[in-house]
Amino acid sequence: MSEAEATVVILSAKVAFTAIVFGLVPGFAVAWLLARGRFRGKTLLQALITLPLVLPPVVTGYGLLLLFGTKGPLGSFLENTFGVVFAFRWTGAALAAAVMAFPLLVRPIQLSIEAADPGLEDAARTLGASRIMTFLTVLLPLALPGVIAGAILAFARAIGEFGATITFVANIPGQTQTMSLAIYSLLQSPTGDAAALRLIVISIVLSLLAIVASEWFARRLARRRG
Amino acid sequence: MGVLEVSVTGEAGDFWLDAGFEAGSGITALFGHSGAGKTTILKMIAGMTRPKTGRIVAGGRVLFDNEARIDLPPQGRQVGFVFQDGRLFPHLSVRRNLTYARWAGKRRATRPFGEVVALLGLESHLDRSPATLSGGERQRVAIGRALLSDPAILLMDEPLSSLDQARRLEILPYIEAIRDETAIPIVYVSHEIDEVARLADTVVVLEQGRMLAAGPAAEIFGRLDLGDTLGHQEAGALIEGVVGAVEPEYGVALIDAGGARLELVGEGFSAGEAVRLRVRARDVAIARQVQAGHSIRNQLPCVVEEIVKADPAFVELALNLGSQRLRSRITRKSAEEMEIAPGQEVVALLKAVSVERRVARHRRERPPQ
Repeated sequence: MSEAEATVVILSAKVAFTAIVFGLVPGFAVAWLLARGRFRGKTLLQALITLPLVLPPVVTGYGLLLLFGTKGPLGSFLENTFGVVFAFRWTGAALAAAVMAFPLLVRPIQLSIEAADPGLEDAARTLGASRIMTFLTVLLPLALPGVIAGAILAFARAIGEFGATITFVANIPGQTQTMSLAIYSLLQSPTGDAAALRLIVISIVLSLLAIVASEWFARRLARRRG
Repeated sequence: MGVLEVSVTGEAGDFWLDAGFEAGSGITALFGHSGAGKTTILKMIAGMTRPKTGRIVAGGRVLFDNEARIDLPPQGRQVGFVFQDGRLFPHLSVRRNLTYARWAGKRRATRPFGEVVALLGLESHLDRSPATLSGGERQRVAIGRALLSDPAILLMDEPLSSLDQARRLEILPYIEAIRDETAIPIVYVSHEIDEVARLADTVVVLEQGRMLAAGPAAEIFGRLDLGDTLGHQEAGALIEGVVGAVEPEYGVALIDAGGARLELVGEGFSAGEAVRLRVRARDVAIARQVQAGHSIRNQLPCVVEEIVKADPAFVELALNLGSQRLRSRITRKSAEEMEIAPGQEVVALLKAVSVERRVARHRRERPPQ
C-alpha cells in the first residue's frame, strides 16, 4: 500500500469510526424513544430519521452545507461557541457520514429494544437495581446484538459515503477525500485506472474482513447465551 | 398489626380498584377471577403501578402514602416479586440470576446462597442458561432470586399458572417449605381455588376491584355468600385437625378436628401431625340420625347454622361442627322433605375428604394469625 493509499484508508476509517462513535449514544436514545416512547409525533420522528435513506444524498449534503457551513446558523454557532468547524474539514465528512448512516444505526437497535421484554426491567428494579444499573445490566446486554448489527451496517454505509460528503465538504486530498472520493477522482483521470483498481481491491478486502469479524462476534454472543 | 398493610384506590384496567387489607405472617392469598385487580394490587405494593390514593406499609416501613407524599421507587422497597412468567434474565446464567440482587442491586442477602439453593433444589442447575430450564425449574429459580434479594415480604403473582398440573405439584412443596422455613410473609395471587385451599392462611376475596371478604382461610371457605366468586361446584369447607391415631393395618388415620373425629384413608400419617382437610359441599350428605348399615365411615353430629338457596334445585347448608364449620350441598327437595331448619341437630355424612396440607410436628410452630 502506497503512502497516498494509506492516507486514504486511514482517513476513511477515521471518518467512519468518528461517525459511529458519536452516533451511537443519540442513536440508542432515538431507538429507545421509537421502541418504548408513547408521544405525539412519533411517526414524524421516525420519518425524519429515515429521511437520509430515501433522499438523494446530494440533497442531504446541500442541507448540511446550509445548516453547518461557515455561514449556516448551526455552523457559525458551533464555531463561535466551541470552535468546531465542519466546512471542508474531515469532521464535516464524519458529520455527513453520521447523518447518512444514522437510520441504519437506529433500526436494528430499535428492533432489539422492541424484542426485549420491559418486564425484565421491572424484575430488576424489584431486585434492588437502580434505573442506571437496570439499563446497564438488562437492557443494554439484551440490545447488544442490535447495537453491533447497527454499528456494522452504519460503518459500512459511512465508509462508502459519497454524495453527501462531496456536496458538503468537497473532495480535498488528505482532508475530506475518503475511499469513495479517491476512487472517483482516480477514475476521472486518464491514467488512474490501475491506482483505482488497487483501492477497489483494498476496499473489497476490508469489507470482507468486516463481515467475517461481525459474523464471528455474533456467533460468540449467541454461544454465550446458550 | 399486620406485617403488610394495604389500603389503595386507583385505576386497574377498565374499573376502579378500592381495596384494603392486612397480611400477617404465613401466606395471604388474594383470590378472585382474572381481572379482579389482584395483579394490580401486587404491582402497587412493588412500586410498578402508582395508586391514586392510599397507603402501603410493609415490615414497618411506609412504601407509599399519597398524603405524606411518600412513594419509594421499586428498588427501595425490599419487596420480592415472583412473576407469573418467571422473568429470568435470558443473558445470565442461573447463578448470575440468583445473585442479581447482590451484584446489581447492592442488596445483602440475609439468607446464605447455599441454603436457598438447597431449599429449592437448584444445586445442579447453577451454570445452566435459563433457556434450557423446564418451566418448573424456571419458577424455582425465580423464587430463589426473589428470596436472595433480602425481601421484607414476598409477592407471588400466579407463579404456577404457566405450568401444567404435574409441574404445579412439583413446585407447591417448595412454596410450603419457604412458608415453613423462612419467616417471610407471602402474598399469593391466584384464581385457582385448590392452590388457595392448600396454601393460604389468610384469604382476601376480590371481585371487580372491590374487596368482598378477608379473614382466616377456614372462615372464608366456610361462608355461604361467596359462592359466585369461590365457585359452587368446588365449594367446600376447610377443617384444621391433628392426626390422633393411625391404624396401619387398614391404612387409615383418625383425625381430631375440634371435638369431632374423622377417619381418613391415606398412607404415611403419624400421630401428632397437623393436617388441613378440605370437604367439598357436594360430598356431604345429611341424615336426621346416625345411620347403620352402609359404608360411609364418617358420620358427624352437627348443628345447622344457615341455609341458603343456591339455585332452583340445590340449597347450601352451613353446619357447626365443634369449633369448625362444614358445608353441605343437597337438593332443595330433600331439604324440604327433611324439614331442615337452622338450629336443628343433624348428622353429616362425608363421602370424601381430601388432605390439603400436612405439617409434621417437628417443623417450626407457626405463630397464630
